[in-house]
Amino acid sequence: MSAISASEKVDGFTRKSMRKAQKQRKSQGSSQYRTQSAPVELSPLPQLKDAPSTEQQELFTQKLQQCCMLFDFLDSVTDLKSKEIKRATLNELVDYVSTNRGVLVESTYPEITNMICTNIFRTLPPSDNPDFDPEEDEPTLEASWPHVQLVYEFLLRFLENPDFQPSIAKRHIDQKFVLQLLELFDSEDPRERDFLKTILHRIYGKFLGLRAFIRKQINNIFLRFIYETEHFNGVAELLEILGSIINGFALPLKAEHKQFLMKVLIPLHTAKALALFHAQAYCVVQFLEKDPTLTEPVIRGLLKFWPKTCSQKEVMFLGEIEEILDVIEPTQFKKIQEPLFKQISKCVANPHFQVAERALYFWNNEYILSLIEENIDKVLPIMFGSLYRISKEHWNPTIVALVYNVLKTLMEMNCTLFDELTSSYKADRQREKKKEQERDELWKKLDELRLSDSTLVQNNSHGLPGVQNNNNNNNNNNNNSNNNDNRDKSAEAAVTTENKDPDDSVAASESSPSAK
Amino acid sequence: MAGADGDDSLYPIAVLIDELRNEDVQLRLNSIKKLSTIALALGVERTRTELLPFLTDTIYDEDEVLLALAEQLGNFTMLVGGPEYVHCLLPPLESLATVEETVVRDKAVESLRKISQEHSPVDLEVHFEPLVKRLASGDWFTSRTSACGLFSVCYPRVSSTVKAEIRQHFRTLCADDTPMVRRAAASKLGEFSKVLELDYLKSDIISLFTALASDEQDSVRLLAVEACVSIATLLPQEDLETLVMPTLRQAAEDKSWRVRYMVADKFSELQKAVGPEITKNDLVPAFQNLLKDCEAEVRAAAANKVKEFCENLPEDSREQIIMTHILPCVKELVSDTNQHVKSALASVIMGLSTILGKDNTIEHLLPLFLAQLKDECPEVRLNIISNLDCVNEVIGIRQLSQSLLPAIVELAEDAKWRVRLAIIEYMPLLAGQLGVEFFDEKLNTLCMAWLIDHVYAIREAATCNLMKLVEKFGAEWAQNTIVPKVLGMANDPNYLHRMTTLFCINALSEACGQDITTKQMLPVVLKMSTDQVANVRFNVAKSLQKIGPVLDSNALQTEVKPVLEKLATDTDMDVKYFAQEAISVLALA
Repeated sequence: MSAISASEKVDGFTRKSMRKAQKQRKSQGSSQYRTQSAPVELSPLPQLKDAPSTEQQELFTQKLQQCCMLFDFLDSVTDLKSKEIKRATLNELVDYVSTNRGVLVESTYPEITNMICTNIFRTLPPSDNPDFDPEEDEPTLEASWPHVQLVYEFLLRFLENPDFQPSIAKRHIDQKFVLQLLELFDSEDPRERDFLKTILHRIYGKFLGLRAFIRKQINNIFLRFIYETEHFNGVAELLEILGSIINGFALPLKAEHKQFLMKVLIPLHTAKALALFHAQAYCVVQFLEKDPTLTEPVIRGLLKFWPKTCSQKEVMFLGEIEEILDVIEPTQFKKIQEPLFKQISKCVANPHFQVAERALYFWNNEYILSLIEENIDKVLPIMFGSLYRISKEHWNPTIVALVYNVLKTLMEMNCTLFDELTSSYKADRQREKKKEQERDELWKKLDELRLSDSTLVQNNSHGLPGVQNNNNNNNNNNNNSNNNDNRDKSAEAAVTTENKDPDDSVAASESSPSAK
Repeated sequence: MAGADGDDSLYPIAVLIDELRNEDVQLRLNSIKKLSTIALALGVERTRTELLPFLTDTIYDEDEVLLALAEQLGNFTMLVGGPEYVHCLLPPLESLATVEETVVRDKAVESLRKISQEHSPVDLEVHFEPLVKRLASGDWFTSRTSACGLFSVCYPRVSSTVKAEIRQHFRTLCADDTPMVRRAAASKLGEFSKVLELDYLKSDIISLFTALASDEQDSVRLLAVEACVSIATLLPQEDLETLVMPTLRQAAEDKSWRVRYMVADKFSELQKAVGPEITKNDLVPAFQNLLKDCEAEVRAAAANKVKEFCENLPEDSREQIIMTHILPCVKELVSDTNQHVKSALASVIMGLSTILGKDNTIEHLLPLFLAQLKDECPEVRLNIISNLDCVNEVIGIRQLSQSLLPAIVELAEDAKWRVRLAIIEYMPLLAGQLGVEFFDEKLNTLCMAWLIDHVYAIREAATCNLMKLVEKFGAEWAQNTIVPKVLGMANDPNYLHRMTTLFCINALSEACGQDITTKQMLPVVLKMSTDQVANVRFNVAKSLQKIGPVLDSNALQTEVKPVLEKLATDTDMDVKYFAQEAISVLALA
């Protein structure tokens, strides 16, 4: 057995770069399941441009039929000749529909759509990499791209042809067609998604009867993404299409569109992979530019889904809030200022400096500054506590400097209020502390009541945290002395220590006998 | 403090509700999690008239809080005054069953299902069933989704007119516009079938099943496969061919790999549900196709079922079917291109030996085992090794030991510590099957080498492994083969290895007994109490505490006590702490 170097052995996790280097195969075949028997060898047909015009139609159809033959691209050595013939034919077809007029007669529509459906509609294969991270990993590319690309190209030229008649095509480009097209947006191959985006946009533009259906299906895809699978590769592309759709909405907005905003676009922010499509968040701002009365529910929605632990997402949320504030109407601002600035005040006090910094940058925005100044009597009391504390406590000097500037700006806006808040700061803190203690007392009493009540099944949740608490003490030197101090085990003493949870205080007093 | 009775005056609802409204989500969450305490303080009357209306009205909150609320309400029956009043809990749970977040909704449905059992038949019709109907005809898909999970719990206990309504609602939801609802309906189809009368099963469910199984979305179709198991179980054998099999055949050949995967995944259940005749005629060829599927996921799922499928074949033709139909496919899978397929196969293939008997195993399976033992992927090898017991019973492990040893050695030195960890865990099993001689000769060195691995988890597992080996081979074996080596490490220049000695002693003292512990181990531990590394010293204190119960009181008093007392005055905080702890636990103070 070959020796393994110590450095490799120490860390069992291979580095990502190493794993990637091992994985050479990046393309993947589509999951074509016994759709046809082994391909028959293709023989080249004469060029369309060389055929007499009377025979062109017939030849066009033949070529379309020829292109319905599918090939296995994972096996790069078989059917080379036929693959090349199909490629050349597809190229010729693309050229034919984009440069010639009068070639799209009614009888060709079924053949055209049949060729397109056969080639592009397929079940996407299982992802090669189940933990595919679109930001980190290379996407798996579609192996049959040399053909599929040309078919997409052909579809696009077909739709854009001046002779194209939606009234005829709608028999073939129907709901089922659109549904299959939408499912392909999950493709890992960005080139494919890019084509799909343009194509769907064209279809939306040309087929009025399909518009509502398309919007509804996109809704469904998003809802499945948000609440069921958390996986769909084409979210950004679909949002981009929606961006331009929203732009065209007539006023007043239909209930359906408002529902889409509140029940789909806003919850979309909960996705783990928000970073991948957050650039498309302009959809939200577009809505607000159309109808400013939506500002309050939108901001409340964002506040509801505000990230609790992911700082990277929090920065994105702050960015989006700033975009919204850029277009907010002063009357709307008044409606939302209180909850909004409570969140911003938490953000400026965030220990992650990027979050704090992003929030403090709001004070560089002239328009936001003017809104704050107008409402300084409301905003300042909310912001003051955090800013004051951070100016003394934050570990990052840049943040502290920024906070000083912000405090200075706020002070200049309303000097008297600022002084009042400064002088009452200590008292306020003490009042809060006292309130906290009262709550502890209340819960302690409630727990006692619960313990003494025998009708209820004994809830053992009181015991468990206690045990954990003991273990923590054992591992921690500082707490050793604490343990000893508890020797005179008075329950009050335990409460006065910084215990947030009433359970902890029970545990602390219980732990002392064993420590003796 | 005042007595517990009449305390509700002490806790005005406003104060408690303030807690539920606290601005800090975490505090709000804590309060909600103790909602039962609040309800208890209020008493049943005020819980019904004040607390529940408040909860129903202020349902807009963070999903985290709503989840806790949905869970709490499922256990609230006693707190509102028992089954008689349980319907008071329906309004808040109804709102919770319509929220967007799936986790909250599912929890609300779970709680509703729970309290449905506590409703009397009358209450069920008066209060519960109308709620189900409202949900089933809700505007937004969430409420309709939730309704799907509630039909089956109320159906058996309502009158026949209401039953007809429920069936109608279920039919409507199976054909809902949104795929989310169809998915929910499809996933509850099996459950609902179970509570339905056979006639309605044939007239209603089969057509729904057929429709869902040919839905345009593969995510719906694959759920129908699950329902297929329940439906096939419920139908009489003679109806299966016409009512279920066309759909099942179609699913096994579905163009989406997800559906085929589901068929493969549920294959054993399907097999049991359709019975031996259909299995022979239909499922055997279907299974062969799945084993040869173009998608690796499907092949892996099918490979996982090979043993179970073969086991459940009708006895009269089992061997013939396996030998002519299944084994050829299995042989191909051994050299599959995908490692997940191979490793799935490796985890079950050994089970075939019991089914096929000694001769067939030696002739046909052994070459496959040996090939997999040499597979490039460690997981495949591990899976073979972990199932050695099946083969041992049929042909004895000796047939394999020639190939086994190199495989074990290679895994033991694998670069990935998780692989090393896995093989260590099989050591006691292997030792038992290979016998003490083989072990001493070939494997002992490996076990000792793991004690000085770079990774703590491996050293820890190695320690535990030694303990299990001693339990198997006895104290005398331990004294001769491993104790000297373990104790030798006490003088190692690396303090981590010295600590390993202590950890081994902790693990071995009990198995080795008082004599070995006192005479051989204790002196070494005591000597280490003067180690220059504090971590070693406080582990000495911990070890003494651990082996104390094995020692006699004389040794404790004369040898252990002075050392612990000395350690209790150590300069290091931790050493002091653990020494004191040991003194108090061993009652040496």
